[in-house]
Amino acid sequence: MSLDKEAVGKIAHLARLGVDADEYETYTRNLSDILSFVEQLNAVDTSGVEPMAHPMDASQRLRPDQVSESDQRDQFQRIAPKVEAGLYLVPKVIE
Amino acid sequence: MTMFQKNIQELAAGLTAGEYSSEELTRHFLERIEKYDSQLNSVITLTAEAALADARAADQRRKDGQSTPLTGIPYLHKDIFCTQGVRTSCGSRMLDNFEAPYNATVTQKLKDAGAVMLGKTNMDEFAMGSSNETSFYGPVKNPWDQARVPGGSSGGSAAAVAARLAPLSTGTDTGGSIRQPAALCGITGIKPTYGRVSRYGMIAFASSLDQAGAFATSAADAAQLLEIMSGFDERDSTSIDRPVESYSDFLANDLSGLKIGLPREFFSEGLDAGVGAAVEAATDELKKLGAEIKQISLPNSGLAVPAYYVVAPAECSSNLSRMDGVRFGYRCEDPKDLEDLYVRSRGEGFGAEVKRRIMIGTYALSAGYYDAYYLKAQQVRRLIRDDFAAAFQDVDIILGPTAPGTAFKLGEKSDDPVSMYLSDIYTIAVNLAGLPGMSVPCGIVDGLPAGLQLIGNYFDEGRLLNVAHQYQQVSDWHQQIPAGFA
Repeated sequence: MSLDKEAVGKIAHLARLGVDADEYETYTRNLSDILSFVEQLNAVDTSGVEPMAHPMDASQRLRPDQVSESDQRDQFQRIAPKVEAGLYLVPKVIE
Repeated sequence: MTMFQKNIQELAAGLTAGEYSSEELTRHFLERIEKYDSQLNSVITLTAEAALADARAADQRRKDGQSTPLTGIPYLHKDIFCTQGVRTSCGSRMLDNFEAPYNATVTQKLKDAGAVMLGKTNMDEFAMGSSNETSFYGPVKNPWDQARVPGGSSGGSAAAVAARLAPLSTGTDTGGSIRQPAALCGITGIKPTYGRVSRYGMIAFASSLDQAGAFATSAADAAQLLEIMSGFDERDSTSIDRPVESYSDFLANDLSGLKIGLPREFFSEGLDAGVGAAVEAATDELKKLGAEIKQISLPNSGLAVPAYYVVAPAECSSNLSRMDGVRFGYRCEDPKDLEDLYVRSRGEGFGAEVKRRIMIGTYALSAGYYDAYYLKAQQVRRLIRDDFAAAFQDVDIILGPTAPGTAFKLGEKSDDPVSMYLSDIYTIAVNLAGLPGMSVPCGIVDGLPAGLQLIGNYFDEGRLLNVAHQYQQVSDWHQQIPAGFA
């Protein structure tokens, strides 16, 4: 599998990842190399093999639906880049 | 014998006998860090004042008769574990300003045991790397040769223990990140069974593979640290509810009749001849101790690295989406809109290897590609696990090299991701299967340490530590200290 610059741009957009113009060539080459490398998996016959999500085939543990954590908003917001009146601030979304 | 040359049992005995206090012991290691770490760059954040306060509290606790085997013993903590009020950077610019608002379960357990945290160790950015060169804080140097890498991602933790800057350190292992640096630095490292140590507060890379573990200079010391770190935690949804064994109780067990399997795939082309010879010599020692050696096969192990480089990036692209510049961590200057805020914060906050993996994962999970990549890799993963399950029908443990060679030069593989990925060729399958594995020093090849890997069945950590300990009774590779740090 070989990607082109346009495909890398699309992936970077999906991941909301800024990539500098002069980095595209390297990423295009690196990502193509990695995808070619992992494509050897295609040669393996996996028909009828169940995908493995957990090594011991454990399933998700459930707990009673009860409040177990206390409110720690102030503590969490102390490390936020920008907050006001208990809210996280981002640039204006709706004009 | 000075303090840095002693093992944990001796250090604890010295504290109990009053030969020195934990405060003196802590100062001793802090001084070693001050003296040597400018050469190695193994520590990102030193917490000297907090360490001395914890040491004084530990001294009091020991006087009150409330001590555990680790009370007053200093350790270094990988900078992936959240540590309340202390920068927890994960080796990234993204979290350079992040002071964790809570303790990881591992951090809390060590604190409760009275262990003294000296600081946080350098690592590959978000644990993505095999050489510690992707860290925002610069590479760590290998104490055996400072032109070489210590391995990664837990490179700082491994280099620091190898240079005796701390008697113990923590690590995490997603594809070899404890075992490979342990091998390259000539120390003992163990990654337990997936689910044995809580992942709560351990910054996530690939959640179905990540597992915390221990570094020490011997198996006996690693057993003590791992025992404290292990245990069920309801805050980690994949934590296994099963009692923790006393690993130290296994150490003295006799090895006669133990069946050891050597997978032929681990001894084929690509393995450095010197490392191969060291592993063979160690196998002979184990035979002398009564073990029976059998040739086995893990036919799908060659697929481990490609399967891993689908599963791990896919999971990391999802986990790292939380780094968005809104709630914590790095935010770009003057974002013009929300999209710009995300794109530039992430673009400026992450380094190149993290970006590569996020992009691979994003691609593998994008519409139309999920079945071809992620699903396929998860199917191959089952084949790999089934190979191990079949092997463990015939043998008790599996033995091979930890890494295909000794420590490579800084910069040697950093421009070629696929070649870097192949340095974890023998360790990755163990994570995909969720098994416990460890690395034990087994030789010096051209002045550099070689590592022996032991792989156990699920929850067989006690047996792995037993075999490693018995080997360390008849070998002294683990006692070698790199020149310049003795």
